[in-house]
Amino acid sequence: MNCPEVRPLASTNRSQVLQELRRVVPTDIVLESLEAIKPFECDALSMHRKTPLLVALPNSMEQVKAILQVCHRLEVPVVTRGAGTGLSGGALPHEQGVLLVLTRLNRILEIDPLNRTARLQPGVRNLAISEAVAEYGLYYAPDPSSQIACSIGGNVAENSGGVHCLKYGLTVHNVLEVRILTIEGEELVLGGATLDTPGYDLLALINGSEGMLGVITEILVRLLPVPETARVVLAGFASVERAAATVSAIIAAGIVPAGLEMMDRLSVEAVEAFNSPGYPLHAEAVLLCELDGGEAEVAEQMAAVQEILKKQQATSVTVSANETERLKLWAGRKNAFPAVGRIRPDYYCMDGTIPRRELAVVLAKIKELSERYGLQVANVFHAGDGNLHPLILYDANRERELESAEQLGAEILSMCISAGGTVTGEHGVGMEKIDSMCEQFRSAELEQFHALKYAFDPRGLLNPGKAVPSLHRCAELGAMHVHGGKLPFPDLPRF
Amino acid sequence: MDIEQQIAEKVRAAIESGSPLAIRGGNSKAFYGYPAAGKPLDVSDHEGIVEYDPGELVLTCRAGSRLSEIRATLAKNGQHFPFEPPGFGDSATVGGTVACGFSGPSRPWSGSLRDYLLGVKMVNGAGEVVQYGGQVMKNVAGYDMSRLLAGSMGTLGVLLETSFKVLPLPARELTLEFECDQAEAIEKANRWSGQPLPLWGAFWLDGKLQVRLSGAGSEVDQAVSRLQPNAVHENSNSWFQLREHQLLFFRDTSNLWRISLPPSTPPLDLNSECLLDWGGAQRWYITELPAAEIRQTAAAAGGYATLFRGAADVEIFHPQPPGLRRLQERIRQALDPHGLFDSGRMWQEG
Repeated sequence: MNCPEVRPLASTNRSQVLQELRRVVPTDIVLESLEAIKPFECDALSMHRKTPLLVALPNSMEQVKAILQVCHRLEVPVVTRGAGTGLSGGALPHEQGVLLVLTRLNRILEIDPLNRTARLQPGVRNLAISEAVAEYGLYYAPDPSSQIACSIGGNVAENSGGVHCLKYGLTVHNVLEVRILTIEGEELVLGGATLDTPGYDLLALINGSEGMLGVITEILVRLLPVPETARVVLAGFASVERAAATVSAIIAAGIVPAGLEMMDRLSVEAVEAFNSPGYPLHAEAVLLCELDGGEAEVAEQMAAVQEILKKQQATSVTVSANETERLKLWAGRKNAFPAVGRIRPDYYCMDGTIPRRELAVVLAKIKELSERYGLQVANVFHAGDGNLHPLILYDANRERELESAEQLGAEILSMCISAGGTVTGEHGVGMEKIDSMCEQFRSAELEQFHALKYAFDPRGLLNPGKAVPSLHRCAELGAMHVHGGKLPFPDLPRF
Repeated sequence: MDIEQQIAEKVRAAIESGSPLAIRGGNSKAFYGYPAAGKPLDVSDHEGIVEYDPGELVLTCRAGSRLSEIRATLAKNGQHFPFEPPGFGDSATVGGTVACGFSGPSRPWSGSLRDYLLGVKMVNGAGEVVQYGGQVMKNVAGYDMSRLLAGSMGTLGVLLETSFKVLPLPARELTLEFECDQAEAIEKANRWSGQPLPLWGAFWLDGKLQVRLSGAGSEVDQAVSRLQPNAVHENSNSWFQLREHQLLFFRDTSNLWRISLPPSTPPLDLNSECLLDWGGAQRWYITELPAAEIRQTAAAAGGYATLFRGAADVEIFHPQPPGLRRLQERIRQALDPHGLFDSGRMWQEG
């Protein structure tokens, strides 16, 4: 493919950019002092930090457009940021670029109960959508664990998931239309209020595009009727293998749970110490299986699941009898990250996805790696989707522990690729997994990604250096990782 | 049979000779889009299941696999493609189905073909075999190339393999019939779609709204007593006939228009019989009305009109705004820099 690699950006003249921006938007929209900019130096992947050139906090679409036009004309990089809850450094600022923060654009523009849609500005918080439409008996299905804080624009950019993906899909399955501004400031409507639109499916493409293709300015989401009832069962197991086999057995029985989550012993101990949700302390693994739908259907399926749990020799089984109990059982899982976070000062959350049948094998290998690196790893994850979230525990203040944690993380991702999976299921590549992309994709595939990016953003100004590694970067990395005299990626050109 | 290398070889040869290729599977949907031009590249021999583990809910097959055979294999294991793709003929292949991106009567409730597409292997415009997505449910590494290919009519590459999420077949299915006019049918279907009901189809024709319920036995029975239909049918064949365009409505050989609309749009002011599907989101018209009038009516209601079958002298796909059209063309050129794939199948010059 004959797409030029995006050339390095010339260093930017800060005062000129500031002056030109202030000519098109009010003064308070652009932050310049170090103390005002500092809070934006990282997203939720706080191990990576950079100070942006300037921060812009527009109040309107017209301002976003004006800012983009200035940046495009002056060839200044633009990194878009929503609530900053991203876990892969996708909103890590660019030192030569403007950080475009869209949190002030947080209005719900329209709720259409009969068509079951809501039109939103990008800064609307995920949970606020379901709250606003609850009076119609509707809700917005994707529920990333950060849903109190994360915004819908970021959800689209990352194609966020959550605990209910197995049954209700990711963001891409629940969005009908996305309006973007190109780097030139041109407004484009991708998708629509209809179930399909003519031409290529650019709506699918913009979901998960990590701010590389355009700035998301408006979203039309699909709403679903709130299920009549939901019940959850918590089961303990004497081994991880048993719990993993149970996951497959439930799915093989033709049941599609609304959520199917697994936690290992370390995480269970951590949540019990944190908020005592009543998890079995001596189990090697626990499963949480939620069923939703009509009363009769849920009762029918719950009986079937309990039968499976018995056959799989669950050591304990607790079924929620009412909504209070259901929420209490979920409280353990939902607080697992902060609970695990108390064990050591820092944790690093991974996001690989593997075929479900590989769960037990991969978890055993993670355990081996954890022992080899001398770093504890807690596992809390979406077992039904095969989406792992190993939490690597470390202490950033101890010499080389961060590097060690990152190396261990990279090894886990390699393992996910060899198991037939992917380096990221829902958190995105961002800055964090950019090197692992060299391993998952061959150069011809990466080139095609670059060609696609070029079609949207020929100057390479949107979120430079994220999501898709340059071939150059992969080649250099390959040279660093020579094992047994064999270069990985032999098909890559070397520089 | 695995003929991946031969297909890739043919694509590379086409780059050499500069002669465009018209990719062909079962040729069952040749009626759709603009006529094919270029040297036919037959991929129907590249067939067979590559991997299918029912416990994983994932099926990977070669693009030339017959849709009917894959459906049979899934059914044997108590599973299905929930998006109910139409075949429009026994020869339909999975690759052709993905290239057209069609979904059947369940679409508003099940999701569409592209929603279930997890990954593809293809020959790109440089003659290289590349792979995107995979066999896992969640994957956000790189741009979503697989879903971009759904509905791209063979203009972006040659599909070699496709992986789908599949689901268990429902335990019970019932068809409910309601006598009502079109406006009432639209109101009912949309109101019910906003309630926790096991809806899996809603079409209206000739004064009758047919609603399909699909799910666990108890749930379906409960819904029937709640909705109080005029009649209830077990094993109704009309969903199959609707999906494959075998209802009497489709017999007329005049132009068949498909109009995609926000579902609750009131009946359109088109002087012609309407088959309303997808709870109002997809409406079919067989009519000789001029294209401009149909497109104007659709657009005024926030929708799009496609000439699904019919006269060759009409613009088939609804025109796009110029900015979006230009971007689509840049994307096409980015993925097919040598102009190898028959873009005229989907796009008219200019």
